[in-house]
Formats: sequence, structure tokens, C-alpha cells
Amino acid sequence: MTLATAHDLGAVTELATATNEHLANISNTLIYSAMAVYTLAFFAFIAEWLFGSRSKVARTASALTANGAQAAAAAPAVTARKGGTTTVLERPKVVTRSASGARDVPDGPGAHGGDEQGDLYGRIAVSLSVLAWGVEAAGVLARALSVRRAPWGNMYEFNITFSTVAVGVFLVLLALKKNVRWLGLPLITTVLLDLGLAVTVLYTASDQLVPALHSYWLYIHVSTAILCGAVFYVGAVSTILYLFKDSYENKLVNGGKPGRFATSVMERLPASASLDKFSYRVNAAVFPLWTFTIIAGAIWAGDAWGRYWGWDPKETWAFITWVAYACHLHARATAGWKGRKAAYIALIAFGCWLFNYYGVNIFVGGKHSYAGV
Amino acid sequence: MSSTDTGSTAGPDAGEPAGEDVLASPREAGDAHEIGEAGSQLSTAPVETAMPGSFGGSRAPGATGWLAWTAREVTGWARWIWRQLTSMRVALILLFLLSLGAIPGSLIPQSGTDADKVQAFKDAHSVLGPLYDRLGLFHVYSSVWFSAIYILLFVSLIGCIVPRTWQFVGQLRGRPPGAPKRLTRLPAYTTWRTAAEPEQVREIALKVLKEKRFRAHVDKDAVAAEKGYLREAGNLLFHIALIVMLVAFAWGQLFKSEGDKLIVEGGGFANALMSYDDFKSGNLFSVDDLTPFSFDLKNFTGTYERTGPNKGTPRTYQAELTYSEGAYGKERKTVVKVNEPLVIGDTKVYLTAHGYAPTVTVRDGRGKVVFHDAVPLLPLDSNVTSQGAIKVMDGYRDARGEFDQLGFSAFFVPTFAGAGKGDMFSQFPALDYPVLALSGFHGSLGVNAGLPQNVYQLDTTHMKQFKDAKGEILKARLRPGETMTLPDGAGSITFDKDIKEWANFQVTQQPGSDWALAGAFAAIVGLAGSLFIQRRRVWVRATTGDDGVTVVEMAGLGRSESAKLPEELGDLAALVHEQAPTTSDEDAAPADAEPPVPAAEGAEKQ
Ligand code: HEM
Repeated sequence: MTLATAHDLGAVTELATATNEHLANISNTLIYSAMAVYTLAFFAFIAEWLFGSRSKVARTASALTANGAQAAAAAPAVTARKGGTTTVLERPKVVTRSASGARDVPDGPGAHGGDEQGDLYGRIAVSLSVLAWGVEAAGVLARALSVRRAPWGNMYEFNITFSTVAVGVFLVLLALKKNVRWLGLPLITTVLLDLGLAVTVLYTASDQLVPALHSYWLYIHVSTAILCGAVFYVGAVSTILYLFKDSYENKLVNGGKPGRFATSVMERLPASASLDKFSYRVNAAVFPLWTFTIIAGAIWAGDAWGRYWGWDPKETWAFITWVAYACHLHARATAGWKGRKAAYIALIAFGCWLFNYYGVNIFVGGKHSYAGV
Repeated sequence: MSSTDTGSTAGPDAGEPAGEDVLASPREAGDAHEIGEAGSQLSTAPVETAMPGSFGGSRAPGATGWLAWTAREVTGWARWIWRQLTSMRVALILLFLLSLGAIPGSLIPQSGTDADKVQAFKDAHSVLGPLYDRLGLFHVYSSVWFSAIYILLFVSLIGCIVPRTWQFVGQLRGRPPGAPKRLTRLPAYTTWRTAAEPEQVREIALKVLKEKRFRAHVDKDAVAAEKGYLREAGNLLFHIALIVMLVAFAWGQLFKSEGDKLIVEGGGFANALMSYDDFKSGNLFSVDDLTPFSFDLKNFTGTYERTGPNKGTPRTYQAELTYSEGAYGKERKTVVKVNEPLVIGDTKVYLTAHGYAPTVTVRDGRGKVVFHDAVPLLPLDSNVTSQGAIKVMDGYRDARGEFDQLGFSAFFVPTFAGAGKGDMFSQFPALDYPVLALSGFHGSLGVNAGLPQNVYQLDTTHMKQFKDAKGEILKARLRPGETMTLPDGAGSITFDKDIKEWANFQVTQQPGSDWALAGAFAAIVGLAGSLFIQRRRVWVRATTGDDGVTVVEMAGLGRSESAKLPEELGDLAALVHEQAPTTSDEDAAPADAEPPVPAAEGAEKQ
């Protein structure tokens, strides 16, 4: 005997909640306001890049082209601390040296290119992003309060939560004084796209509540999934920039002459090695959390559906994503697969994550269809 | 070369993932000759060495020569294949294939999860259907090719882990390798001159390093130290945990069982194959594996949101049970809810569905009760509009006193919209205004034909529908307590006031879940260790320079290029420096003593 309703009942224990229409409206207003402020931040980031283009830094070029290389080669590897006049109790100076064979390229100065006005706009952009983030977070909170449950009952809510977390990750990295301001423009651009999609195509009135499945493992599972996605996204942006910068550096090494626009943009980004390292670290740092996310999902599925793993499309794609990221990490550890090849795998892995997020909901369905479009 | 801070684009706060090999294989690192032994064995990652070729060598004449040659050739190839299989490259390819192979199963309907969809697909695609069938695409995760991928992967994994573990044990028992000749070649380096004696400096350094939990020893003129073995341990733990998880999962699949049972309030269940409505099990499952237990459904409670946009959403939804473990266990009470199964050993009892079971009484022409029972009906929508069949198989005699069978098709709504208001669809899931709509048949139910019959459906091929006096189909909408009289003294059916509820339980037994869970958490711990811990070496060399002043050199080498390494070296150097400070010029010879180097760009400004 099969019962059509067997699994629908999973959705039922949640205490029914009365929607607070007022709060829902506030939430919508806040999300629209956040979009407006993000748009301002977007223009400020553009201004940073534009003003930055006035500067003529060419660190990468000088490090990689003939004259530059000579200069670099002349620089010695080691410094000896020469004795002072008295006993010195300072720290001895540590000299670092990159692995041989590695390209020694200094990081670009950032989007502002050392231009003071550019830098000012960059700072404004960051401040605006902080403001927009605060407004958006309040919007997500209001939404959650209006439906009295976690704000990820459908794809609209998922999208607004996701972009909030992604910007949050960016701001946390900035607050930790990491050199990541170059992420600003691509990130805010996509956040605007994501929100635009959310408020138009995906919008679901907050009273159309599909009751969340009642288990705290679900809350753990979904919140870590969103966080992982946001961090993977930051990693993917950096991977793409790495690929561009790496081609640029390759061109220089091979004596090519990149176009003016490419030069202007690429010179201001961090070195390809730094971008590569950044994306690797970001991906590696969340990989254990992603592993945990899948396990939390399995535990919850065990409680809700009587089996912890059943190859449901969403589960399958989470697994595929996991294996793809494991592939990426493995590739990094294997000679001959580092650099660009590993980067492609990382992008494929993020593509899997994206497909799991949008594709499975839209094209495939399955038991996770509570995340209604 | 420069003194650019390699870590200027530092990573996230989560830690310092270390994975960028500086020295993964000697071929890669041009420095390998210079660093030599010192850089070896910073990991146990296999180095790709396998090279195909002729393994047999020259063949001696005669049969024995041929035999020996063949043996060499075979073992040579076997070894080559094994090396290939256990290489990182093949592991990578297999991993890639695994993710690729999992994709079709998510896009094509799978017989394990949705057999109806598979059938529909086969019906709709006359070409693709059989092709997919041949390729096992309707059961990807148990198909030959998918199994081949993951079995190869896990053979590769085991073949990789065993030697790595031995190697690691060897590294743990050995000591960190001695200092390379030229410490200046290492990724992080510092030096100063001090008045302390070389032995003294080495002693200080040894103490400092040991205090910082390095494994350290003095080797000739230098202290050699290493830390971060947990990285390797974590990596091995992670890979072993993967094996544990796979075995646990496979075990669970082979020995699992899953069955459904619908129980009306007051009814019970004992865990035996016979008791199930529906039962599936893994290939190696045997009936004896069923955990002995039994339970009775005392009461089902469902209450529902009355107002607002979520009207009809369940508030409470639970089944009160009494159960006993084993054959004669003590009776205990429990409540099972949707996400809270009853757990007995490996077995879990889930509440998966609920519906109503109206009680009906059927009387024959002489008024004798021939049927009195609660009949479970299947819900059709979220307001529990339900449908089913009432079958009176024996004991019934028609108006002429002859044996016959009765069948009623039943339609039930817990909350009726009201007469004349729409059709028979329920407005609310609770029993606010229950109505049972019936129409009756007599004849052969076809139950004796030997074919299994769906209890919820009436097979009317050999039955005649009751008609009323006007020749129209007899049907009635009954309220509790009301009776529908069958024409021509054929009897009657009464919708009793006692409406019961039923609950459907899914009983699953999956051994090995605990192992899978333990493996999963071990995997996370191992991963964290593997990704966040950096394995690194530090050497401190103290020698007497040409001018008689002691020269201290410190250098660090990590498995990956990391900003943390120079930082740590700086901290360690500061600690050593505190006790063996830089000597002043008065008692030192000219500054350009060893190592003879000019000031570097970006280095200390003097
Ligand atoms: C079930 C498939 C496998 C998965 C999911 C997997 C996953 C991973 C992950 C995520 C890492 C990164 C952790 C780190 O960098 O320390 C890793 C590292 C590693 N894996 Fe695997 N692995 C698998 C199979 C294998 C196999 C078959 C081999 C051997 C041929 C292998 C050898 C290694 C080695 C040597 C490392 C460490 C590399 C290093 O030291 O950086 N793995 N694995």
C-alpha cells in the first residue's frame, strides 16, 4: 500500500503561525530599500574602479617583463641582521622566499589603484554596503518574524537570506583586515541580480506558508547550507578572477601585450598566486562545514523519512557538489593538476552547488520540493 | 625572489588551510636537491613513479626461461596496474567519475524511489526506455557501472591508505630530518650573531621548540624540529572514516527492511512479516532479523489551525502507543510524532500518514448484523476527503435467504460543505460535520479468485449495483447514526456514531546507521585536522663564524606556502633571541661576516 500523503505529513507538526501582514510589508520595504542602497554601493564601486584607472601602476608587468625580471633577480633572497652598536633586543627579521618556479608577482594595489579619490569612493562603497547589508538583514529578520519561522520556506526567502549571508561573509573578511575589497564590485553586482530575481520572479507572498519541517536538524542543515553556499560563492568569484589574472600574467611572460583595459583592471588585482591561494583557502575552510551540512541533512532525513540517505535529487546533488569539491582539493595535492586545472574543477563544483540550489528546485523536484519556487 | 609577504591575501578566519605543496614531489620543486632529505616526508602523499614498460627483461632460452619471463611480466604488470590504481591521479579521475555517474540518477526516474514514474517513462519512450533499462539507468546507484566506480575508488583508497599509514608510523617513530646545508634556501629564514656559545644556543633553541610542542632534537650543529603531525593523522582518519561510512551504508542497504502498516485506533501490530501491508528488504535480509516487538495504537490526536491563512495546518499530530520490546516485554507507553519515531534497537517506527475509519454496521434482510467494523478510508487531499470500499464477504444472505456478497463504495468527508453547497469535498481536516456517501453493490467481490485485491477498491465486474424504486442508482449521504436501507428487503447499512482514526506506520530497520554516523563525524574531525593544521619543520643552526662570533640561523619549511610559517618562525626566533641576543659591535667582528649578503629590497632598513 502506498499512501499519497505519506510524506506530505512531514510538513505538519510545525505550529501553524498567523502571518503578520504588517511585518511582511515592512520586510518588503526593507528589501527594496536595501536594493536601493546596494545600487548606490554598486556605483561607488564603479567609481572606485574608474578613478583607479588613472593610476599607472604596472607592478605585475614590471615583475614579469624583461626589465622587471632583471630587477627582481638582482634582489637577494636574504637579509642578514647587521649588528647594531649595542645589544639589540628586537625581533630578528624574517625573510621569506617563494618556492622556486613560482612566479613572483606582487599584489596589485586594489581597485583604486593607489588613486586617492578612488580609494575614497572605495571606502564609501564599503560603508554603503554595510548600510545596505544592515537594511537587508533587517528585512530578512522582519520576514522571519512575519511568518514566525526561519526565513527559508521558499526560494524567495532563500534568495534574500543567501545574499545577506554572502555580503556578510565579505564584510567579515574586510573586518578581519583581509585584502578583499576587490571582491566588492562583482559581489554587489550579483547580489543585486539575486535580489532582483527574488523580488520579481521568485516572490512568494509571505502568507503562502509551506510549513517547515519540524526538526532542529533541519535548521542546522539549511543555515549551514546557506553559509557554505555564500562562502563557496566568494571562492568562485576569486577563482574566476584568478583565471583572468593568470592569463594576463601568462601573456606578459610570453611577451604578449595585453589590451589597455585588461592592463588597467588586471594590474590592480592581487597576483594570480594570491587569488588562487585565497580561493583555495576559502573553499578548503568551508569544505568540512559542507560535509557537516550533508550529514546534518542525512540525520534529519533519517528522522523525517525513515532513511538517512535515499538518493533524492537534492541529496544526490549535494553529494555531487561534495565530491566535486573533494576533487578540487585532491587536484591541489596532485602534481600537474594545480593552478588552472584545479581552478576549473572548483568552478565546476560551484556550478554543481548552483544547480542544486536552482536547477533541482526548478527542473527536478523530489522530496525537497518544500523549497517551492 | 623577494621578501613580499606571501600571505598578503590571507585566508578566512577559520584557520590556515594548508594544501599548497611546496614539495609534494621532488620533481616539482627545483629546490629539492638543495633541501634534500630535510624536505622529504613532509607528507605521505604518494609520488607518481609507476612507469609502464617491459617488465620481463631478457628471456632465457627454453621453457623455464619463458616461464620466468612470463612471471616477471605478469607480476610487473600487476604491480604497475596496482600502482596506477592507487595513484592520486587515478583517485582523482575516479572521484570525478563518481560525481559524473551520480548525475543521471537525479534526472531519470529511479525505480527505487518512484516505480510509477519509471513505468510512465518507459511507456512514453519506446526507444529510450529499453536503452536506459539496459544501461541500468533506472537504478543508477545499484547499477554495475556505478558500483564499479565506487568499488574501484575504495580499492584505490585502501591501497593508498595502508602504505601511507605505515609510512606515517615510520615518520612518527623516526626523528625530524637534520638541517639542510643552506638554510637560506628555505621559504622563511632569519639570522643574527650572538655572544652565546653555539652549544648554548642549541640548548636554548631545543628548549624553546620543545616548549612550543615541537618534536625536536639536536643533529650535528643544528636543532631539527617538526610539528603538525596531526595533519597527516587527520588526513588518514578522514580517508579511513570514508571507508567506514561506505561499509556501514552498504551493510545497511543489504540488511535493511522497510514495511508499512495501517492501524485503526484500538488495533495492534506485532513485528512479523505477515503483519505488514507492504514490505521491502535488502538482498541479505532474512525474516529472523526482524526485531521482535509489538505495539497497539491507543489513540490518534490531530488538531488543526482554525483560522488564518494556515487554516487546516495541523497543530498536534501524534499517535499514542503502548508497546513492548521482545516477545513478552513489559508494556510501555509512548507518543510517536512525525519527526519523532519510536526507536527499538535498529528499528524505527515512523508515523507517516493518518485518516478516518468510519464504523459501519451492515444488516441483512432479517435484521441480523453481518458486518460491524471500522473501515479505514484513504485520504485524497489535505482536508482528508477520503475514499474506500466496504466489503461484506460472508455471512450475508439476501432477501430470498441465499448467500451473497455486498460491496459499498464509500466517500467520506470529515467536514461537509453543507447540502447543496458544492460537491463531496471536505472543507476542513477535523470531524466537524462528517458525512459518509455510499452506494451499494451485490454479487461476487472476486475475493476468492485468488488474486490479491486492493482493500480500498471495489472490483465491480461481477457485481450489480443496487437501484432504487425508480430504477436510479441507490446512493445516500449519511450523517452519523443514519441508515441507508437497501431495496427489496436486501438489508441496510448504518453509519455509526463512532468514527475512528487510523495511522499509518512505516517500520524500518537499518543496521549500521550508528557506524555511518560515527564515520561521518570522524570524517569531519579528520578533515578539519587535515585542512587546518600545517605540518612544518624548523631548524636552528648555531656555528662559530670566521671571526669567532656565533652565528645563529633559523629557517622554516612547511608543506604549503603559508603566511603563518614566517610569523611562527619570527615568534620562535624572538624567543631564542631573548636568551641569545644580538651581540654589539664592540665585541663583534665586521658586520659582513657570514652569511655574506647585501640588504634585500624590502628588508630591514638600517
Ligand atoms: C572516496 C574518495 C575520496 C575522497 C572523498 C577524498 C577526499 C579528500 C579530501 C577532501 C582531501 C583534502 C584534505 C587534505 O587536503 O588534506 C584529500 C586528501 C588526500 N587524499 Fe583523498 N579522497 C578520496 C580518495 C583518495 C584516494 C583513493 C587516495 C589515494 C590514492 C587519496 C589520497 C589522498 C591524499 C594523499 C591526500 C592528502 C594530500 C595532501 O597531503 O595534501 N584519497 N582527500
